[in-house]
Amino acid sequence: MNEQLWTKAIVMGSSAIGAGLAMIAGIGPGIGEGYAVGKACEAIGRQPECKGTVQSTMLLGCAVAETTGIYGFIVALLLMFANPFIGKL
Amino acid sequence: MNQEFTVTGAKVLFEIPILGGIAISETIVNTWIIMALIVGLCLFLTHGMQVRCRTRRQIVAEFIVQKVNAMVGENMGEHFLQVGYAPMIASVMALSALGSLSGMVGMYALTSDLNTLLGWALLVFVLITYNKFRSGGPLGYIKGYFQPIPVLLPFNIISEIATPMSMAFRHFGNIASGTVIMGLLRWALANLSFFIFSKLPGVLGQIFGPIPLLQVGIPAVFSIYFDVFSALLQAFIFCMLMMMNISSAAED
Repeated sequence: MNEQLWTKAIVMGSSAIGAGLAMIAGIGPGIGEGYAVGKACEAIGRQPECKGTVQSTMLLGCAVAETTGIYGFIVALLLMFANPFIGKL
Repeated sequence: MNQEFTVTGAKVLFEIPILGGIAISETIVNTWIIMALIVGLCLFLTHGMQVRCRTRRQIVAEFIVQKVNAMVGENMGEHFLQVGYAPMIASVMALSALGSLSGMVGMYALTSDLNTLLGWALLVFVLITYNKFRSGGPLGYIKGYFQPIPVLLPFNIISEIATPMSMAFRHFGNIASGTVIMGLLRWALANLSFFIFSKLPGVLGQIFGPIPLLQVGIPAVFSIYFDVFSALLQAFIFCMLMMMNISSAAED
């Protein structure tokens, strides 16, 4: 196999591994949002009359907590579909 | 039936030959279509308004205006409501919600293009800066960068830019992830139905093999979360964060 092909194969393989590693970022928001939703359930159970406020605050907090996961996802998306390294070969 | 799965950005439809060629992509065209739709909806809902509410569409229009006014008044305070932030928030929300939902009818969802969201982030940045200037004056604005100690100047500049950027990336990431997951699902279902139905004996396999029969119905279930729920939630969250950031900029 010629050298050009080898280089491309290594870059593409490393990019795929990198995309997978980037999605490890999904663990954090998962744990955080689960915790937030659990607390919200507790709050609603204690005070059912506050359901609307608790729900909207929880959704907002979940969206903010999601940001780090979304960053990881964007990096993975870049590596998979718009790889900047292949163009540099 | 073994095509590769790829994600492409918005296609460039044509170019305006001024200033070295301005590319008009699908996103821009779809944005104008959605904007026309919203204007048409507003004209329809407010057509023939009366002091005593008689028609159903006037009730809908009044309901929307009351809800938005209540939301802005609650989250930003009376002052911002009187200055007139409510129509802007409502239009961003309508554009975001309808723009994300337009992906369901086969259009390129304008919020799955990062450029749209970066434009909105620019709007948020301008409003935050304007409100900081207005509440503290130019001197107070510059002084805000040296709070609490002058060493933190670079970090304050970064955080100033990071606020609208993270809003844009959050919205983009959520909608784009929905698009990618739905695309993967359709692709997988097409391949799966080819795999199953091409095994049918004789002519049946040749007829039913290429037709993605499994694509009927199953994507709709996932679409409820990935397209509808996520689109509406992100529209709401973008507006909530916009209101909070702007009103907190005016406070300090």
